[in-house]
Amino acid sequence: MGLEDRAATRHIAELRAVTKTFGNVVAAKDLNLTIGEGEFLSFLGPSGCGKTTALRMLAGFEKPTEGEVLLDGQVVNDLDAHHRPVNMVFQQYALFPHLSVFDNIAYGLRQRRPRIDRSTISTKVEQALETVRLGDFGPRRIWEMSGGQQQRVALARAIVNEPKLLLLDEPMAALDRKLRKEMQFELQNLQRQLGITFVLVTHDQEEALSMSDRICVMEGGRIVQVGSPRDLYDAPRSRYVAGFVGTSNFFDATVADTAGNSVTLTLKGGPTLQGTSDTLFSPGQEVCVSIRPEQIALTRAAPATGSAFPVAIRNRIFLGEHTEYLAHSDALGDILVLVPRQAELNEGTFNAGEQAFVSWNDTAQLVLEK
Amino acid sequence: MTQKGRNALLLTPAGLWLLVMLVLPLLVVFVFSFGERGAAGGYVPAFTLEQYANLPARWTAFKNTLILAPLGTIAALVIAYPLAYFLAVRCAPRWRTSLLILVIVPFWTSILIRSYAWIFILGGRGLPALLETVGLDDVRLINTPFAVLVGIVYGYLPLMVFPIFVSLDKLDKRLLEASADLGSTPWRTFLQVTLPLSIPGVATGCMLVFILLMGEFLIPSILGGGKVFFVGNALVDLFLQSRNWAYGSAVAMTLVAVMLVTVSVYMKFISRLGGQRDDISLM
Ligand SMILES: Nc1ncnc2c1ncn2[C@@H]1O[C@H](COP(=O)(O)OP(=O)(O)O)[C@@H](O)[C@H]1O
Ligand SMILES: [Mg+2]
Repeated sequence: MGLEDRAATRHIAELRAVTKTFGNVVAAKDLNLTIGEGEFLSFLGPSGCGKTTALRMLAGFEKPTEGEVLLDGQVVNDLDAHHRPVNMVFQQYALFPHLSVFDNIAYGLRQRRPRIDRSTISTKVEQALETVRLGDFGPRRIWEMSGGQQQRVALARAIVNEPKLLLLDEPMAALDRKLRKEMQFELQNLQRQLGITFVLVTHDQEEALSMSDRICVMEGGRIVQVGSPRDLYDAPRSRYVAGFVGTSNFFDATVADTAGNSVTLTLKGGPTLQGTSDTLFSPGQEVCVSIRPEQIALTRAAPATGSAFPVAIRNRIFLGEHTEYLAHSDALGDILVLVPRQAELNEGTFNAGEQAFVSWNDTAQLVLEK
Repeated sequence: MTQKGRNALLLTPAGLWLLVMLVLPLLVVFVFSFGERGAAGGYVPAFTLEQYANLPARWTAFKNTLILAPLGTIAALVIAYPLAYFLAVRCAPRWRTSLLILVIVPFWTSILIRSYAWIFILGGRGLPALLETVGLDDVRLINTPFAVLVGIVYGYLPLMVFPIFVSLDKLDKRLLEASADLGSTPWRTFLQVTLPLSIPGVATGCMLVFILLMGEFLIPSILGGGKVFFVGNALVDLFLQSRNWAYGSAVAMTLVAVMLVTVSVYMKFISRLGGQRDDISLM
């Protein structure tokens, strides 16, 4: 399902001008967001930017100070958490230590009124255990489970209720790197298989980029950009987003001239650059140019066309598929360049101290507001 | 020094203390309980079961103890649990410390003085006088089992509050959110999460209070006015007044036996309740 299709589908949840303050701390400010049915959406941002607060307002643990939270088209500001068709996977899992794995997972089903009969509960729990690949672990005690297994129990405990919306608060923060990678694939598969809408909170850009249909980037309690991982990567709207989604080189510049959506920029060191931007800039404005490391070519000779800058190689880091170089230009400062294996075969490797040229296509330059 | 040697060294002071202050006296009492009373009181060596045969004469003391100690424990639990719950879960953190200190404040004065205060409250010019003004005449409170119950609950309440408070305070509040998230109402969350997870504190508090109540003698003697007496009072009487050490020893040994039985039954019950849980321990 493409994004365009999704825009036409129902909104399962919506935040309308939602603000949340704790005393005089503004945890979330004027959040506006719609979440489509069956979508995998991530809140991405550094610690303390209000991601958990946003999630907790969807779950019903926090009430917005201003604005409205909607679920399935209904304003639910005053609906208690236990009445919402929403389930959450907590940051530290919050599994019940006095209950077995089975009873933890059955907990939600047992709260239903009218009651669900025992055999149905048992079937559903077994099914959920299968889904998270913990088939025989039902009778186990929680403390007998490893971190990764506990995470699966937490997941099973939530999905067994077939919620309309599954909220996940940094579900993989406590897992080691390898396990995290595995779980990312599993979560993605699970989401497709179940068709449940997932809203994930993370401060890990890789996690957000790899799993989400859409990412909602937050900064200081505000939503700064919402879009598909590709949109955010290719067309970040600010330096903050460009820096948070992937890595980039940033150069400070001043707008010299504009014509249509093409912009002429003067770099701090003197040289000028030609760039394009959808945003309108006015001459004299301080801006920032972002160029992704993989879009920069590193060559021994200056290319025939386009702008190129002489650099001195500082460091080389071999990454397998790529080699990462840190180079220094007198005009631009430090530049990070990612050279794919293929290109390296043509040019050979560069050693620290060697002189070279960096160059890029004009389209690789993104002009961003500071 | 070997690990074993060091462990032995660690245990020596407590071991010696227990030997001298508990095991030896207990042995003495055990031996005395088979002896006879001397002509002028005290103890005359002998081997007879006569003292044990005489136990029914002190039945009232046992009966009072065995009724009022469990009753006092339960009453203290009923009062302490909501208080501990409020302090640990509901109370704003900035008030918590001050309120906890208020719970301990009574310990700053001797229980003797505090119990005397109750004589005035429950005595003729206290509560009964107050009740008279609303038309309830001739209510006698002092020197009744009720007075003793009030006294022991009052005296031992903090010992019940603290263990329960600790277990509720340790309880991860996110578990309550998780429960609500899974569709449980606040009341059911209390029954299914809060209460089971606070059982260790309840078990500790009950054990502590119950054991101390079984040996209590001060409060019954002050608020029971010689009418409501515990085994503890019988012992004071037998050893210090009638100087019948042999009989006193038999009564004391019986109390120890009764305690051992009730406490081990209680422990069995608690560990059954806990199932295979690792978080249940008594102390
Ligand atoms: N219950 C609370 N009381 C006071 N401040 C809070 C509370 N919850 C969150 N905050 C504050 O709100 C801000 C956002 O917090 P949070 O949503 O947890 O951020 P994130 O999940 O992105 O790390 C932080 O400054 C945090 O200290
Ligand atoms: Mg958080």
